[in-house]
Amino acid sequence: MAATLRDVTTYDLKLAAPLAAGFVLFFVTPLAILLALSFQTDPQGGHYGLTQYVNFLGDRFSLGVLGSTLWLGVKVTALTLLLGYPVAWLHQRSPGWARGLIMLLVLLPLLTSVVVRTFAWVVILGRQGIVNATLAWLGLIDTPLKLLYTDGGVVVALAQVQMPLMVLPIVTALGRIDPNFADASSVLGAGHWRTFRKVILPLSLPGIVAGCLLTYAAAITAFITQSLIGGGQMLFMPMYIYQQASTLQNWPFAAAISIVFLVSVLVVVSIFNALGRLSRGYANA
Amino acid sequence: MSNTNPGTNPGRRIDLDALSFRIVMTAIALAALVLLVAPTVVVIWVSFTSGYSLKFPPPGYSLRWYAELWNAWQLQFAMMNSLKVAAWATGLSILLGVAASLGIARSPTLTAKVLDSLFLSPLVLPALAFGLSSLMFFSMVGVPVSPLTLVIGHTVVSVPFVVRNTVASLAQMNPSLLEASSSLGAGRWYGFRRITLPLIRPGVMAGGFIAFMASFDNVPVSLFLRDAATDMLPIRMWQDLEGRLDVTVAALSGILIVLTIALMLVMERVAGLSKRLT
Repeated sequence: MAATLRDVTTYDLKLAAPLAAGFVLFFVTPLAILLALSFQTDPQGGHYGLTQYVNFLGDRFSLGVLGSTLWLGVKVTALTLLLGYPVAWLHQRSPGWARGLIMLLVLLPLLTSVVVRTFAWVVILGRQGIVNATLAWLGLIDTPLKLLYTDGGVVVALAQVQMPLMVLPIVTALGRIDPNFADASSVLGAGHWRTFRKVILPLSLPGIVAGCLLTYAAAITAFITQSLIGGGQMLFMPMYIYQQASTLQNWPFAAAISIVFLVSVLVVVSIFNALGRLSRGYANA
Repeated sequence: MSNTNPGTNPGRRIDLDALSFRIVMTAIALAALVLLVAPTVVVIWVSFTSGYSLKFPPPGYSLRWYAELWNAWQLQFAMMNSLKVAAWATGLSILLGVAASLGIARSPTLTAKVLDSLFLSPLVLPALAFGLSSLMFFSMVGVPVSPLTLVIGHTVVSVPFVVRNTVASLAQMNPSLLEASSSLGAGRWYGFRRITLPLIRPGVMAGGFIAFMASFDNVPVSLFLRDAATDMLPIRMWQDLEGRLDVTVAALSGILIVLTIALMLVMERVAGLSKRLT
């Protein structure tokens, strides 16, 4: 009887079979084909080898694209953390109605179409855009500044687009901190800055790491924002893959770039996951 | 959380310290919130322009670009395609994702853990690489791209949202409820319908909503898996924007923003959306 009682709380693992089969066929197999194709020496097929990877790694231009993509992720993540953490902090200490409002403002960009959000940045940063119009009105500039198609423009737009991914995990982490810790710290004489640095910040590390992971992964793969705000002069990995695959029809090279990019993303994810484990140990210690 | 500690406050130094801390944090937070909202406000604002360009501030205000949407058949066509694909992908995601979640959520086996990571992995992998690999796969097996391949690709990238939210709901469910119903003579199907399903419904709905938005908004997978006849809305808008800054797109964006906010508020009511995302 006890066995049958325990049995009713779990469902048969077979229920996962249809989705598992679908994933093997339409997710794992395509990725395996991608990997296989990346070893083809020329688009017509036939020979296999490391030619495509040698081409990528030996090409200053390709390495530059990879480097600037990974570096773009670092800049966006840093800016998002700097801006997002105080938002989570404000949410945590606000009264109920303000919490709801902050949450709505944070969630809105997450659920608004990426094209719409990016389009807004084109309007804001453009030659006749809001920033240039304001600066000209204030008499600070005579000719419009070039903001669109610049590195700074891409970073700010991506930071706005990805900010919810940073704020939400930090909100969760801050909510888990026992308020008595902060009180104890200030009773013992630590000021607000010191309490923040020594108590709140370390305890919220798991949320920070989770937020950084999501933001970084989203920022380096954000195809639309990168290409619309960056314009033609700035090339990042997703667009590079698309150009090689679609415009140039060089599938083996596109596959090799994709694999390099996938591996880079996985390495970054693993680093963040390891940091996450460390930080959870630290936060629980 | 109490922020002032009367009685333990030794003097001016702490006040300055507290004040500077709060001012700095609040100022950055407010600046960040403005940054978060600015694009939405700007799009809605310029969509009411009476001019032909997205000049800011608009020379005058009118509803002409919203009226223009009635004739924008390309955008309407693309929107219908996107809605159809998103509806199919969401339906499949819920059907397959909920079943899979039931199977893996309470199972302690390694298989279940591996499957859980597998089902969530499209969230971190670059979608563009997946889109390209799918195209290679379909061309290799000789299946031409069509609305069907689109739905399959979209389902793969949407299903993680359903799985994540459903597994979380199942983990929070108290299993003794099922034991109780079973000991009172309820069958498994009855127990599922009357206990499990009502308890996980908000999680499934929130997951389904996010899956729908993810599919509706997807560009990287659609770029590779659509056929020439199937224009998708985000791609159409993106290409319109690359060419020229079209005010009709601003009007359409305004409509999409209002619809999104309305849906968000409904989902917050019926499924506690914000709690599920944190």
